[in-house]
Amino acid sequence: MPKTIKIRKGLNIPLLGSAERILHTAPSADVYAIKPPDFHGLTPKILLKEGDPVKAGTPLFYDKYNEKVLFTSPVSGTFQEVVRGEKRRIMEVLIKPDGKEDFVDFGAAGVAGLSREEIIERLLQSGAWPFFRQRPYAVMANPADKPKAIFVSAFSSAPLAPDFDFLVNGQETLFQTGLDIIAKLTDGDLHLSVDARNTRSNAFLQAKGVKLHYFEGPHPAGNIGIQIHHIAPLNKGEVVWYLDIQDIVIIGRLFEKGFFDPTKIVALTGSEVLNPLYYKIKIGAQILSFAGNNLRRDNGVKCRLISGDALTGTKVEEKGYLGFYDNQVTVIPEGNAQEFMGWLIPNPNRFSMSRTWPSFLMPWKKYRHDTNVRSGERPFVMTGLYEKVLPMDVLPMQLLKAIMINDIDKMEQLGIYEVAPEDFALCEYVCPSKIEMQSVIRDGLDVIRKEFA
Amino acid sequence: MKALIEFVEKKIQPNFEKGGKFQKFHRSFEAFQTFLYVKGDVTRKGSHIRDAIDMKRTMFHVVIALVPALLFGMWNVGLQHYRAIGLEVTFFDQFLFGLIKVLPLVVVSYVVGLAVEFVFAEIRNHEVNEGFLVSGMLIPLIIPVTTPLWMVALATIFAVIIGKEVFGGTGMNILNPALLARAFLFFAYPAYLSGEVWIETSLREGQQLVDGFSGATPLAMLAAYETEQLPSIIEMFLGTIPGSVGETSTLAILIGAVILIATGVGSFRIMASVVLGGLFMGGILNIFAVNEFMATPAYYHLVIGGFAFGAVFMATDPVTASQTPTGKYIYGALIGVVTVLIRVVNPAYPEGMMLAILLMNVFAPLIDHYVVEANIKRRLKRLKRAPVKV
Repeated sequence: MPKTIKIRKGLNIPLLGSAERILHTAPSADVYAIKPPDFHGLTPKILLKEGDPVKAGTPLFYDKYNEKVLFTSPVSGTFQEVVRGEKRRIMEVLIKPDGKEDFVDFGAAGVAGLSREEIIERLLQSGAWPFFRQRPYAVMANPADKPKAIFVSAFSSAPLAPDFDFLVNGQETLFQTGLDIIAKLTDGDLHLSVDARNTRSNAFLQAKGVKLHYFEGPHPAGNIGIQIHHIAPLNKGEVVWYLDIQDIVIIGRLFEKGFFDPTKIVALTGSEVLNPLYYKIKIGAQILSFAGNNLRRDNGVKCRLISGDALTGTKVEEKGYLGFYDNQVTVIPEGNAQEFMGWLIPNPNRFSMSRTWPSFLMPWKKYRHDTNVRSGERPFVMTGLYEKVLPMDVLPMQLLKAIMINDIDKMEQLGIYEVAPEDFALCEYVCPSKIEMQSVIRDGLDVIRKEFA
Repeated sequence: MKALIEFVEKKIQPNFEKGGKFQKFHRSFEAFQTFLYVKGDVTRKGSHIRDAIDMKRTMFHVVIALVPALLFGMWNVGLQHYRAIGLEVTFFDQFLFGLIKVLPLVVVSYVVGLAVEFVFAEIRNHEVNEGFLVSGMLIPLIIPVTTPLWMVALATIFAVIIGKEVFGGTGMNILNPALLARAFLFFAYPAYLSGEVWIETSLREGQQLVDGFSGATPLAMLAAYETEQLPSIIEMFLGTIPGSVGETSTLAILIGAVILIATGVGSFRIMASVVLGGLFMGGILNIFAVNEFMATPAYYHLVIGGFAFGAVFMATDPVTASQTPTGKYIYGALIGVVTVLIRVVNPAYPEGMMLAILLMNVFAPLIDHYVVEANIKRRLKRLKRAPVKV
């Protein structure tokens, strides 16, 4: 076995409710939605009118600043509604499915004969392009770029993350086809990172045309940003792309069969789920349509529905939809109850990385973690804490402060190109001053992106 | 307890909210409210879950770590007093005497300091920070028990305003506020902070000091080259010697250090490197040994004066120490070195710890600057090695 990259810094937050390896095929949802806010910085332009019929693969809207990038319908049905938020910002584009499986036919095509341009063209037309994301900035990739390399992580270390071996199970050939396709998009390497301890699937271990890397260690070892940093750190001016493994399967399906079928598997996890398990659904499905009868609702506790994991996911409302990139739904209790002397009493049901709480005495325990913030926001006081959960040669506090004072030179020097909000999620989690670090990093990335746009 | 919380939220809180009778004091109310219970506020942005730790709990653990030194200090105040007047009394009487003398110092420090903090929180409209919970305990522990209360109050006001609030409050200050309070007293009222001030010797009728009573601290004895009078190393380690209230017992401070390191609140890097720095400099001076102080074994420095207290509770203040992991080693080691240097080479100020930490507080940002520069250089080097983009 080749060299394992050992990640020593980080933290696994022991939450209750990891998904059992059981797969349910969910019935079609009542409504599907593509949510433009899932694509950071996107200005969508709607292509259809309410009531227009759509097939799976029919363009719904496009990127105002890159008209070639289309966002297509995940199912066939009718274009139901555009939901707008503040300042008429488009929040959701709703599709009412008709139950038929009508696909736009893009024509089956082998991998061999296609050039890079043809592949990109097809990805753009079918609506599969948005699966490609890029670093720096952690945003949707630009089809005009030539990436230095493409990175894929074959595991996730996030709290209650799905087992990627299970997600790819039965889709091995499509996954390999997808890999073959995306390998053509870069002159550099296609890197695939696996978990040295737990990855068993041959889809990953025997994958062809990739550079395999073995990682070991606690969260955030599975974060693509951490992996890039340890494999080939990103320098100023460089661009790399990355995708999720299930999106590669969808791309494989697109080229093998000729249609855009965004069927994927999501894990329903969290302490407020009765039986945490996996569901086969389509992108954009209404979450309650498959999860509705599997949630703990009788105990009067208000729940938070999260599309994604508990650290980086998006809060969704009762009628909300699965995010475009998410392969996990987390349901945890809201922490809106007051707690008498809560900061003092050593409650054994609270988890903390620090040894000021008794949780360090019970390493085996899993927690029903709620969403209480615990305290108001304070200035930075504690030091040395954030470094413990950020396995990068980046000085987290100094970078955050550079962003807060809007010092672009310092941000660059301190490595803003290498980081994404998700890499700072654990720093934000452990912060006793309760500083919103993911937003700070996102603001910094936005400033830099604007500066060089 | 639910009823109490409900009473606070329904009956009291509205008075402090916008339009309420005491709207001006809503930050003060908030401070008491969040002390009483954790509010039901949930995460809005970013991570949906948050670590159970907060500043209150962090600071509370520092205060807990200070308790052994505080209790020992109280007892020692009594012990030294009754020794000075040559009276044999029970342990309880000794402690009681100390309690009566020390408690007012603690109360004045907290009341005055927190009052200033609350005023600034209201003026600046931010939440009251927990930082002073520690500073307020530190100040009485690093001054002589004989310090007049008005001086404690004055020094506390100076430390909080000039040391902290002018820089923007907790987290922004350059100098350790508690040490600044001590430095203020040291330079403004030197007569009250040096000489025979370490033992409470106010006499009641019929009492008198024992013959040959000196009241000098071991540090003062060493600075005067009176090594033959020095207490035994065991006495100095246990702390039954004259000195500032909380600094004498290395043992009690070590218990605090164990609490800080075990809970992860205090930086082990800094504590260890201060000790190593002190031993290193002491060792070098031992080699030259041109006078009795220089010839004193290096490890004596660890148990006399404020070395241990400074290393464990003062140097480790996360705000004023170096903030980078590498920087902490350099910062700590330099504190150790400079402390011993000031003590031995410059006997005008026998207590080197205070000045060494304040000096290194000032230099901490510079140390960090170079550590950060090194990180930046590594990144630039990588960029140069990267293949040229066509």
